[in-house]
Amino acid sequence: MSMNNQGRPTSAGAASENTDFESFSGHKGLRLAEPLIFELGSTETTGVDVPEVGEFELAIGGLDRKNPIGCPGLPEPDAVRHYTRLSRRNYGIDMGVFPLGSCTMKHNPRLNEKMARLPGFGDIHPLQPKSTVRGAMQLMDELSHWLCTLTGMPAVALSPKAGAHGELCGVMAIRSALEARGDAREVILCPESAHGTNPATAAFCGYKVKAIPAKDNGRVDLEALKEALDDTVAAVMLTNPNTCGLFENEIREIADAIHAAGAFFYCDGANFNAIMGKARPGDLGVDAMHFNLHKTFSTPHGGGGPGSGPVVFSDALKAHVPVPFVVKTEEGFDFVEDADDKSMGRLVAYHGQMGMYVRALSYMLSHGSDGIRQAAEDAVLNANYVLASLGDVMTASFEGPCMHEALFDDRFLKDTGVTTLDFAKAMIDEGYHPMTMYFPLVVHGAMLIEPTESESKFNMDQFITSMRGLAGEAKGGNVERFSGAPYHAPWKRLDETLAARKPVLRYTTED
Amino acid sequence: MRYLPLTATDRQQMLEKIGVRHVDELFKDIPNDVLNPEIDLPRHKSEMEVERYLSRMAAKNTAAGSVPFFVGAGAYKHHVPATVDHMIQRGEFLTAYTPYQPEIAQGTLQYIFEFQTQVAQLTGMDVANASMYDGSTGCSEAVMMARRVTRKKKAILAGSLHAHYASVVETTTQFTDDVIERLAPNPAAPEAELQAAIDAIDADTSCVVFQNPGVFGSVLDLRPLAEKAHENKALLIVVVTEVMSLGLIESPGEMGADIVVGEGQSIGNGLNFGGPYLGLFATNQKYVRQMPGRLCGETVDADGTRGFVLTLSTREQHIRREKATSNICTNSGLCALAFTIHMTLLGEKGLRGVSLANHKAAVDLRNALSAVDGVEVLNSSFFNEFSVKLSKDAATVVDALADKGILAGVPASRLYPGGGLDDVLILAATETVSADDIEALAAGLKEVL
Repeated sequence: MSMNNQGRPTSAGAASENTDFESFSGHKGLRLAEPLIFELGSTETTGVDVPEVGEFELAIGGLDRKNPIGCPGLPEPDAVRHYTRLSRRNYGIDMGVFPLGSCTMKHNPRLNEKMARLPGFGDIHPLQPKSTVRGAMQLMDELSHWLCTLTGMPAVALSPKAGAHGELCGVMAIRSALEARGDAREVILCPESAHGTNPATAAFCGYKVKAIPAKDNGRVDLEALKEALDDTVAAVMLTNPNTCGLFENEIREIADAIHAAGAFFYCDGANFNAIMGKARPGDLGVDAMHFNLHKTFSTPHGGGGPGSGPVVFSDALKAHVPVPFVVKTEEGFDFVEDADDKSMGRLVAYHGQMGMYVRALSYMLSHGSDGIRQAAEDAVLNANYVLASLGDVMTASFEGPCMHEALFDDRFLKDTGVTTLDFAKAMIDEGYHPMTMYFPLVVHGAMLIEPTESESKFNMDQFITSMRGLAGEAKGGNVERFSGAPYHAPWKRLDETLAARKPVLRYTTED
Repeated sequence: MRYLPLTATDRQQMLEKIGVRHVDELFKDIPNDVLNPEIDLPRHKSEMEVERYLSRMAAKNTAAGSVPFFVGAGAYKHHVPATVDHMIQRGEFLTAYTPYQPEIAQGTLQYIFEFQTQVAQLTGMDVANASMYDGSTGCSEAVMMARRVTRKKKAILAGSLHAHYASVVETTTQFTDDVIERLAPNPAAPEAELQAAIDAIDADTSCVVFQNPGVFGSVLDLRPLAEKAHENKALLIVVVTEVMSLGLIESPGEMGADIVVGEGQSIGNGLNFGGPYLGLFATNQKYVRQMPGRLCGETVDADGTRGFVLTLSTREQHIRREKATSNICTNSGLCALAFTIHMTLLGEKGLRGVSLANHKAAVDLRNALSAVDGVEVLNSSFFNEFSVKLSKDAATVVDALADKGILAGVPASRLYPGGGLDDVLILAATETVSADDIEALAAGLKEVL
């Protein structure tokens, strides 16, 4: 016992007027200040056991590193504190609703983490003999089976490292297929609402990018698309459900028109969470689609990766998939590691994001075919609940129902002096991560809200109460609440212009 | 279903609020004949069932830590302190998004800033980015960056470059007008590999890519290569697949590199069968605006408090779209966190000590194998990995040793099929290798050869 509190009961005490003081330590209670490791540690300190090796003759060609490296070390207790303190400055899904549209910030089950750390998955080398990794090949085969079955597509390339890398894989397969049939085409069509990675990928593969216009209902203008489709078009890249949170209801006609022009249909699968188990892209004429395992199948976003972006392919493209891939043999499984004439080649060293494959399969096995469909339904239900509950105080960009995310624009803030950015920052004061803002580009001051299936009705109702409250404050003229927001975050708004004008990208002692 | 919080009552109330009777009315835009297809997959499983199922699958694999283990070639088994994996699993790190809202992401941003500094110090360069997917994709990004900088198209890939890395460069540039000149590997004569790279540089060359230590383990002084490259206004890209080597060997920056690409797995990250890993990417100040990937920079907030933000994003796809420097969107954040935590625990002192222990293990291994008939060590210099020529086919030897419970290394033919290197074996020895492991391998080789 540290204190006999029998005799010294604490009570609320008198409220102090004078709370605006600096502490001697720089800390503010549980908000602990934490300098950079370069200001804390020294190059003489280490937090690991340094092996004792004794004298021996080096064999490094006389190239030993004589100059100081400069990396400070921290003893283990200080290192643990450093990263614990840093962590507390972050917002994560574990802390609250994270309605970041297009990013699918769903709960990350810890079972997945545990499974990925089994020594049989986490502690195996990509080039150890194949006879010693049969379970790994089985896992990759099983994940492939789930992805193909859920999409109704015949083939999958697992190795792309992230969604954008998957797009690259998909568009390269398209170009490989076109070149194999001696068909040089120059153009890829993307809607203006596309993710920035779509045009960047198309350009990377040597294509010109042309925009497809949208209709007033937020969907692709089919007639305009038909007009743009000719024998110079290699592919159409479409996100479906699209970035406005809407399903392309003329998807079949779109696919037919693409194929009639001899082009391929690339689907950006970033929003697959809305339709998994409800509809299969293979039934809708898609030729290639990437997944984001870190969105749809709950592998952690990790503060910006690692992602994983497998791509499913139609029969027309499957010969062009990259190596390596798993094949079934009489003894079980084998890897094909060397590209034949048709394969596009190799996109990554080794076999891709195994750690993410384990987590994704763990999610799939846990949900099963029934749970996956239910998850999609709940995600769509939660988004429509937001749309229905906020439609009278905010301005929905399109008529519902929406899919897994609800898109609003800034018309409701007109003449209030509050911008989308301000509104988003005020959400931080409410304890929420802001929604996606200013994306998609096709509506003014976009606010894209994706609650995911992980939120209970209680959480949804609290969130809605906050959003309604903020909308009311904005319309009521309380601009201050927004213009300096966030007020309650550990940092105030940061000066991004200064950062870009005078880039300081590393610590130096001259600072 | 344990991950889905909505109850049947909740769903009913929410549907009423929305004004529909059945959830499928929300899916009315999907053509009706394809809605709710029969999905031939198993139904949900309990946590216990999933754990049992996947554990059985994992048990079919031989974990590196369970046997004498000498496999390397770009991915290495090192001891990672328990603190690392514990800290990266804090939910505030694990379940955070990319730090686009800096007021509530200073934890991520500060460790990225620290990471960038550590990588710059290790590689001997001015600046580093927030990480790439892995070393191989970073390598192809470096080749494309060299093209932007020099406005020339020809890239030379030295024979010392890991075969997968070279293939990734070739694959990702196949639809551009880049010209990739890939030189032949020569494990028996690393100096000749270097000379071939020097000789290949001409006025049209945008960059030369050299791995050091090379894929067959040799460590070389790259100053002559840097000199020839710079005379021809070409960039020297140095690839480091074993970042632990930087604690013992002169940095690429000191040797004259313009871009350094590294595979950072060795520090903080497990083998994971090849991924997720993290690409290290460093360059000099004057090329910063041509760099791919995310960058974190220092600034202040409205109160004047120091803070960090993602910066120079006008290079990136979400702003520049088809004119971006790369289509890359994500980095390898959590792997970079593991790297920076391990690096902070190591410090320069620990890094130098562990690096030296790696080299010592490899020296011991070389000494032991030199005494085995039928084994010829090819390297005169190496860090923790070297190549040997065997009197038999290396893949056959590796399989025979695997049957004895020894994972002996990577047959060069696995990386260079049909390359005439069938008798070459690449072996790594890190600080995790014990004297008993080395004895077991030497004894096993004597039996098999």
